[in-house]
Amino acid sequence: MVEVALWGALSAATGGRKTVDVEAKDIRELFRKLAERYPGLEPYIERGIAVSIDGVIYRDTWSKELPKDAEIYLLPRISGG
Amino acid sequence: MGGIAVTTTINGDEVDFVCHAEETLLDVLRDRLGLTGAKEGCGTGDCGACSVIMDGRVVCSCLVLGAEAEGKKIGTVEGMASGDKLHPLQTKFLEHAALQCGVCTPGFLIAAKALLDRNPDPSEEEIRYGLAGNLCRCTGYDKIVRAVQDAAKVMKGA
Amino acid sequence: MTLGADFTGQKFKSVGTRPLRPDGVDKVTGRARYGADFNMPGQLVGRVLRSPHAHAKIKKIDTSRAEKLKGVKAVITAADLPDLTGGGDMFDILDNCMARKKAFYDGHAVAAVAAIDAPTAKKALKLIKVDYEVLPHVTDVDEAVKPGAPLLHKHMFTGGVEPKPKKPSNIANRCQYGHGDTEAGFKEADVIIERSYRTEQTHQGYIEPHACVASVSPDGTAEMWVCTQGHFVYRQQCAELLGIDVSKLRVTSSEIGGGFGGKTHIWAEPLALALSRKANRPVKLVMSREEVFRASGPTSATSVDVKLGAKKDGTITAAEATLRYSNGPYAGMWAELGAMTSFACYDLTNVKTVGYEVLVNRPKVAAYRAPSAPMAAFAIESAMDELAQQIGMDPVKFRIKNAAKEGTKSSYGPVYGPIGIGPTLEASLKHPHMKAKLGKNQGRGMACGFWFNFGGQTCTDLNIGVDGTVALAVGTVDVGGSRASLSLVCAEELGIPYEQVKAVVADTSTLGHNDMTDGSRGTFSSSMATIFAARNAIKVLRERAAQMWDISVDDVVWEDGQAKAKGQKHGNLAPLSLKEIAAAAPNTGGPIAGHSEIVADGAGVSFATHICDVEVDPETGATRVVRYTVVQDAGKAVHPSYVEGQYQGGAAQGIGWALNEEYIYGKDGRLQNPGFLDYRIPVCSDLPMIDTQILEIPNPKHPYGVRGVGETSIVPPLAAIANAVSNAVGVRMTHIPMSPPRILAALEKKKAH
Repeated sequence: MVEVALWGALSAATGGRKTVDVEAKDIRELFRKLAERYPGLEPYIERGIAVSIDGVIYRDTWSKELPKDAEIYLLPRISGG
Repeated sequence: MGGIAVTTTINGDEVDFVCHAEETLLDVLRDRLGLTGAKEGCGTGDCGACSVIMDGRVVCSCLVLGAEAEGKKIGTVEGMASGDKLHPLQTKFLEHAALQCGVCTPGFLIAAKALLDRNPDPSEEEIRYGLAGNLCRCTGYDKIVRAVQDAAKVMKGA
Repeated sequence: MTLGADFTGQKFKSVGTRPLRPDGVDKVTGRARYGADFNMPGQLVGRVLRSPHAHAKIKKIDTSRAEKLKGVKAVITAADLPDLTGGGDMFDILDNCMARKKAFYDGHAVAAVAAIDAPTAKKALKLIKVDYEVLPHVTDVDEAVKPGAPLLHKHMFTGGVEPKPKKPSNIANRCQYGHGDTEAGFKEADVIIERSYRTEQTHQGYIEPHACVASVSPDGTAEMWVCTQGHFVYRQQCAELLGIDVSKLRVTSSEIGGGFGGKTHIWAEPLALALSRKANRPVKLVMSREEVFRASGPTSATSVDVKLGAKKDGTITAAEATLRYSNGPYAGMWAELGAMTSFACYDLTNVKTVGYEVLVNRPKVAAYRAPSAPMAAFAIESAMDELAQQIGMDPVKFRIKNAAKEGTKSSYGPVYGPIGIGPTLEASLKHPHMKAKLGKNQGRGMACGFWFNFGGQTCTDLNIGVDGTVALAVGTVDVGGSRASLSLVCAEELGIPYEQVKAVVADTSTLGHNDMTDGSRGTFSSSMATIFAARNAIKVLRERAAQMWDISVDDVVWEDGQAKAKGQKHGNLAPLSLKEIAAAAPNTGGPIAGHSEIVADGAGVSFATHICDVEVDPETGATRVVRYTVVQDAGKAVHPSYVEGQYQGGAAQGIGWALNEEYIYGKDGRLQNPGFLDYRIPVCSDLPMIDTQILEIPNPKHPYGVRGVGETSIVPPLAAIANAVSNAVGVRMTHIPMSPPRILAALEKKKAH
């Protein structure tokens, strides 16, 4: 079970919840379960969400495991210049 | 057909070409003569990426008509090395990492060569003002100035 | 992800040295080929017709006379680019490449031609008749949000607002970040600063205009030569817009003459492909400098309100920022990035940032080196300086007191791991620059900056030639010398001299997908992939050596560029060099190679502190930068000269942005200064030498500790210079650029009081 913090726009899609608890072992499973529970999150997941795990940002790695007790934060997928 | 026949000297070689009246020397060098070292960064003489030497002076080739090259001596970056020996400016630009993307480099080399030919012992301020007609967006000019200073030392010593 | 990506702490032989770059000689002799230096036989010249109106309905386009002109081989409008996108961002890209129903800015493409030469193409453009219904326009970021402002999209209702607004507006989205209770925090404060700031729109200003040569065949295959920061992404997007199979479009990246984010988006490339498809001939399309300014992405113009509160002892109790960023005609996430980065350098209990994406009749905003961060940093760091002054605390010490550290909850959400803001601040405090004496009319300023860095999809191929030299094919476009850095990394891993490695940038058909060179990821990601590719090659080399010696591969180690047989019983076996193993390759199993396809995630964040001294002439308002220092953490500088180059280049762009560069629009909504004469970037005589101090606090997520370095250095300059100028003239400057007229106006205002 991991606790996931959501940024503003995602929070709106979960009815205002700032954190959600999800049973997931990696990023892929996390996205799948979130989309199932909150269909409003699907468009954001499709466009791309970055996952911060203990402060390190992962943009593409679905297989990245979510360590227990890690701080997990969902952020918009950012690009650089 | 319509066109102007021009005979000129480029990097020491006699060259003949035909161009339209409105074609610039830059167009001719790049599109007719395959000398793509000079670049078009702006087309209005503001960036210096098209710099070439014409009868001993640095000019923006985008502001010179192809026809004006008649009877002149043109020097481009392709003519700076002597055979396989790079010009000291070219060597120093490499050693000092005075280029990042490199697109402004041919223009800078030409302008720097003209500067050192005119003033072999320039101060930092003279170098900076001498190169103020060439825009670089990558380097902040620091390493370019250092490269020119070092090349000047070498050229004086040689 | 990538096992073994963690920092190894090893001592380096090649990494950290300063050899000449492999593409260098070509670049100093004029041999290197950039976007416009390439030609295909039979190619046509492409030219684009652009709207002269800031906002207009396109009622009709009549191309018949242009099509009939002798020498014209194809004319296209939006009708030749059917919408295959399904909406969203790709539709916006399509519409920006060529206007479909409305022209949204002065310079918006409406048609294009391909002809046998430039004069014919030019004539053809004049023969295209466009019926416009001119609409009222709005180009200013603050004007666009006022009630009654002309609307760009009739059905734009601000997203991120509950309940959903009933009336449409030019605000595409609202976002919010932060934590704690800023209202309570302000009540605790002894000193409060409240100010509004504005920054004008600037352009990346790369010296090389966009250029490509496109060739589409009737069988659906195509190739394109183009200057780009990401040929794989260009391939994907162009293929999608044109309905070409991705693997049938071969994109080769030319040498690139600067990008800074502006060449991470497609502009005229789909038009070149569409023209080529219609004409069945290659088409060369090069943008003029004017077109680059009018129709390729500048950065946002911004309007930011900041409120800060602190106790007398210097502890910040609350921080708020409201950021309005112009996006151009289509919604992006520019204000959101500003909202995320605003307070990223600080450890705050109560922080709140709100961002608004504002649509205006200006070109579509594109990424520019640490997008959105410099403007937010300008506002916040200016306010921080004022707050420190009011409290009576040294500006650097004030920041050190409130700086984020490992364990800080960032203002954009996640908790930080080990980070470098403290070290860069401490280093600047100790730097000799701080002790230099200031002269008359001079002022000193400092500021910090933050940027995310990225990893992303990366592939590398390492092929060992029969003579033992190594061909390294990478997929990240080399914008500033990365081929040298990657060759150093390859040489380091294999234990061979740098000169034995030749790095090239492969095209889209010869290497797997690579994300763009943006997000400061070029050296970080490709070096990681290169290390893994080399380690894979070493596995093969050891196997071959084992074969040649007829021993177990477990008894073979790779050291100093050689295979060595370890263990007593193999004591008499002389080591085998890379050359010897390579020479025997045909007999031991064929060509030897190492590949790596990874997602190089875990790039970490990056901080910098800048110090700047300026001299302001009170009569003319002209500012001279007297001294400039950049302190930034690189993790590990693979090739220190090119790391210094990134620091200096970012600082120079920031200096131009702070003092001179701005897009000037007339009342007619047209860009008044689309050229390098009046859009004045710094020249050699404007700048002093730029001192750099590279800190090396290893990034635990990279085998050599490398961090991205390319972008962070453009984040602090706007604020550092604004603080310096404000100190020099004794007036707080709140409007960037601080060009002479603005400084004179500020001085006048001060005199009047």
